Amino acid sequence: MVKPATLSETDPGAGLAVRLRGVTKVYDSGVVALGPLDFDVRKGEFVSLLGPSGCGKSTALRLIAGLNAPTSGTVGVSHGAGEVRSGRSIGFVFQEPTLMPWSSVRENVRLPLKLAHVPAAEANARIDGALAQVGLSEFAEAFPRELSGGMKMRVSLARALVTDPDILLMDEPFAALDEITRFRLNNDLLSLWQNLRKTVIFVTHSVFESVYLSQRVIVMTARPGRMGAEIRIVAEPRGEDFRTSADYAGYCRKVSRALAPSQPGRRGS
Amino acid sequence: MNSLQAPPLSAEQATPDSRTARLIRILLPIAVLAAGVAIWELVVRINNIPPYVLPGPGAVFGTLVADWPILSQSLLTTLMTTLEGFLAAAIGGVALALLFNQSKWLEYSLFPYAVILQVTPVIAIAPLLLIYLPQQTAVIVCAWIVGFFPVLSNTTLGLNSVDRNLAGLFQLYGASRMQTLRYLKLPSALPFILGGLRIAGGLSLIGAVVAEIAAGSAGAGSGLAYRIAESGYRLNIPRMFAALLLLSAAGIVIYGLLALTSHLALRRWHESALGKEN
Repeated sequence: MVKPATLSETDPGAGLAVRLRGVTKVYDSGVVALGPLDFDVRKGEFVSLLGPSGCGKSTALRLIAGLNAPTSGTVGVSHGAGEVRSGRSIGFVFQEPTLMPWSSVRENVRLPLKLAHVPAAEANARIDGALAQVGLSEFAEAFPRELSGGMKMRVSLARALVTDPDILLMDEPFAALDEITRFRLNNDLLSLWQNLRKTVIFVTHSVFESVYLSQRVIVMTARPGRMGAEIRIVAEPRGEDFRTSADYAGYCRKVSRALAPSQPGRRGS
Repeated sequence: MNSLQAPPLSAEQATPDSRTARLIRILLPIAVLAAGVAIWELVVRINNIPPYVLPGPGAVFGTLVADWPILSQSLLTTLMTTLEGFLAAAIGGVALALLFNQSKWLEYSLFPYAVILQVTPVIAIAPLLLIYLPQQTAVIVCAWIVGFFPVLSNTTLGLNSVDRNLAGLFQLYGASRMQTLRYLKLPSALPFILGGLRIAGGLSLIGAVVAEIAAGSAGAGSGLAYRIAESGYRLNIPRMFAALLLLSAAGIVIYGLLALTSHLALRRWHESALGKEN
């Protein structure tokens, strides 16, 4: 199948968490999904990948995670100090909560630790910590079907955080949620990021979400996805005030303009 | 936790309307049964039908009580055969599906023969098995042949129905083959496996009965199906009915037990075991 060890092939270099060089992905069907794509992500940086649907942004994320191998090019991902298992330095949050319906919240969050044979006592402490971080301590024994969509997404986030990964990869995690829940989870994610300072690569198709959350927005072109534009978002502090500020509106306009040429309808003109 | 369990609990507290509906669902079949028995008795009495042609329900019940020592012994024999056949079908079906899941080569090589075994009527295979195998073994093999295929095909379907993203997650965290099987594939397949077992339970009984009848005149079997065949030769029609009644009851109990097992195993998470209210 897919070789899972693309992670360590190249060291991305000092201060970098992820480095993509000339990465392309061609599917068996012959469809060129991606690239060539080049970008770097610094350690502790929050970067959004934004682009029209089908531009390969999810594919890029799967390549970084090592879930798929690139057709050509190199994907370099830094390892956490002393971490032996490649998976443990990466946390992945899918668009769907992707929980095991037969397990309680606690057992779902335990999964990465169980697979890595972490001793029970240490695992329990870490699970409690991760559930507290996402505000689900009281729901540890609940089953996924008993939770709302937003809560399921929090479980998914807790599961990604429980291994204390250096890099958090998020594939349109809040796209299926209603706007009110999404805003709340956006804020929670921001405060998590500000506390933990993990590297976050966040795939989204929402201009507003990308501007609100990230330090840098990478706008991708329509398929095959390439880097279209790169916009830095400078705003401290982030929060609800930023969401209603003129700066925010300005950034959204800038990102929207960068996105416009990549719309499939206008590609030929 | 308590607040979370509230919705399912409140859903249990049925409204008067749905309680009436449930009562009707239980009472209607019972009423049909009573009416059927009454008509049966009436037809026998009015037409003065002799018991060696059609015994009335009273005569059948009387025989059931009177012949209980023989019939219960036969019931036990048939149930043991069914159980052994069912266990063989369950273990064999799941094991074969797991092997197929691990190795495509094995699946391609053997699956067609599993299908052939399934589509060839067991009633035609049974006499052959009785020639080559000791009778007790032949009967169990018959029960196994009819029972294992639904388990195999359902388990295979279940093992292939794993959520793609969950599988990706296991890959990301470097799960071993065994871990993926134990923590992902088997739990995912469980509802399918239980569905297969539910079918296999009834089929194992049929397999046992078919084999007993095939062995009937030749063998020294003493199962319920053998009693039916034997009573037929002796024109002991009431005992035929009594034995048939016991076979039906055994089938119903087997199905009920397997359905209950399935419900208990899945009730906390699977759609099939959740009430419509959720």
